[in-house]
Amino acid sequence: MSRSKGRSYGAIAMALHWTIAALFFGQILLGFSMERVRSMALQFDLIQWHKSFGFLILALAAVRLCWHLAVRGPRPAGGMTALERRAATFAQAALLAMTLVVPLAGWALASTSTLNIPSFAFNLVLIPHLPLAPSAQAEAFWRETHELLAYATLLLAAGHAAAALRHHFLLRDDVLGRMLPGLPGADEPGARAARPIRRTIDNA
Amino acid sequence: MHDNGFQKAARAGLAVVFLAASPVGFAATAQASADALTEAAGSYHIDKTSSIRFAVDQIGGGGIRGSFGDYKGSFSIDGRDVGKSTVMFTLYPKSVHANEARVEDFLRSDAVFDAEEYPEVTFRSTAVTRTGGSTATIKGVLTARGKSRPTELQATVTERRGGAIAFHVTGSIYRSPYGMGVGTPLYSNLVQFDMTLHGTRN
Ligand code: HEM
Ligand code: HEM
Repeated sequence: MSRSKGRSYGAIAMALHWTIAALFFGQILLGFSMERVRSMALQFDLIQWHKSFGFLILALAAVRLCWHLAVRGPRPAGGMTALERRAATFAQAALLAMTLVVPLAGWALASTSTLNIPSFAFNLVLIPHLPLAPSAQAEAFWRETHELLAYATLLLAAGHAAAALRHHFLLRDDVLGRMLPGLPGADEPGARAARPIRRTIDNA
Repeated sequence: MHDNGFQKAARAGLAVVFLAASPVGFAATAQASADALTEAAGSYHIDKTSSIRFAVDQIGGGGIRGSFGDYKGSFSIDGRDVGKSTVMFTLYPKSVHANEARVEDFLRSDAVFDAEEYPEVTFRSTAVTRTGGSTATIKGVLTARGKSRPTELQATVTERRGGAIAFHVTGSIYRSPYGMGVGTPLYSNLVQFDMTLHGTRN
C-alpha cells in the first residue's frame, strides 16, 4: 500500500472525487425533478437517464474504492481536533460507501419493480436485473430505501462540503487545496499554514 | 350448407399449404377460395366476443402485452369481387388492458395514446387483395393521435358458420410516426397486433 506523495491527493484521486461529486449532485437534482414533472413521456426518459448516470456513478465509485485501498490519501491534515478529524474521516468513509450503496439500492429498486423495465445504460449497455424477486412490496421497500439514503447522503455531502469551505475561508488552511488543483496545495511554496491557534488546540 | 362453408374454408387453408409446396395445387386453391369467400358475401358487424391483443417487445426479452376491451367495426365482403370488400374499425384506447394499472395509465396518458384528447383509433380499408384460399391483405389507413398513415393487415378466415365468420388478423405497426415513440429503443418501435374478429351478418 502506498501513500500518495506529498501532502495532496494525487491527480487520479482528485479527478475521481470531483467527477463523482458533480455527478452525485446532478443525480440528486435529476432524481428530485423527474419525480415532479407532469409529462409521463418526459418522466420515462428522465428516469432512464437517471439510471444510466446512476450506473456510471456506481462504476466510478467502485474504481475509487479500489484506488482508495491501493493508494492511500495524504496524512490527515494538521490543525484539527481529534473530534474534527474523526468526523472528517467518518464523513469521507460514509460518502465513499454511499456512492456505492445508493446506486445499488436504485438497482435493486429497478430489479424488483413489477414493471420489469430494462436497464439499458445510455442506450448502449444492457445491464441485467439483480437476482431479486420482483414484487410490489420489494419494490416499495427499495424505493423508500433508495430515496432515504439518497437524501441522507445529500445532507452528509452538504456537511462535508461546508466543512471543506470552512477550512478554506474561515480557518484558511490547505485542506481544500489538498483536493482541489489550482489552489495553493500543501506542496507548493505558497501553501497556507493553518492558523497557529488551531495548532494550539490540536496540540493541547 | 353452413357446415359446408366452414369445410370449404378449412380446405382452402390446407390448399394454401399445399400451394407453397407445389405449383400444381394452384388451380384447386383458386377455385376453393373463390367459393369460400363468395359464400361469405354480405355485410357484417364486429361482435364484442372479438379480441384485440397487442405486444411490444423489450430489449433483453419480454415486453408489454395488452388488449383493448372496447371497440366497434363493420366489414362487407363483396362476393363477386373480393377486392371491393371494405373494413372499418374503431377502438377506444381508454379501454386498454395491460398486466398492471401503472402500464394502463401510461398507455392512456399523453405519453402514448393521449386518450383524453384522441379518444378513438380508427382503421379504414382502402384495398383488399386476396392472397390465398382464406387469406387476404387489407391495406388501409390507421389514424391515431390525429395522424393518419397507410397500414397493412393480414387476415385469415378461421371459422364460418351460418351468418357468422371469424378472422385472425395480424399486423405490425411502427408507433413513432404517430408520436408514440416513447421508450424506444428499450421498447420496440414495432407494435404487433394479433386480433380475432368475430363478425355477424347484418
Ligand atoms: C448515486 C446514485 C443515485 C442517486 C444519488 C439517486 C438519487 C435519487 C433520488 C434523489 C430520487 C428521487 C426520490 C424522490 O424524490 O422521490 C431517485 C429516484 C429513483 N432512482 Fe435513483 N439515484 C441514484 C442511482 C440510481 C440507480 C443506479 C438506479 C437504477 C438503476 C436508480 C433508480 C431510481 C428510480 C427508478 C427512481 C424513481 C423511484 C420512483 O419511481 O419513485 N437510481 N434516485
Ligand atoms: C462541493 C462539494 C465538495 C467539496 C468542496 C469537497 C471537498 C473535499 C476535500 C477538500 C476533501 C479532502 C479532505 C482531506 O484532505 O481530508 C474531500 C475528500 C473526500 N470527499 Fe469531498 N467534497 C465535495 C463533495 C463530495 C461529494 C458529493 C462526495 C461523495 C458523494 C465526496 C466524497 C469525498 C470522499 C470519499 C473523500 C475522501 C477522499 C477520497 O477518497 O477521494 N465529496 N472532499
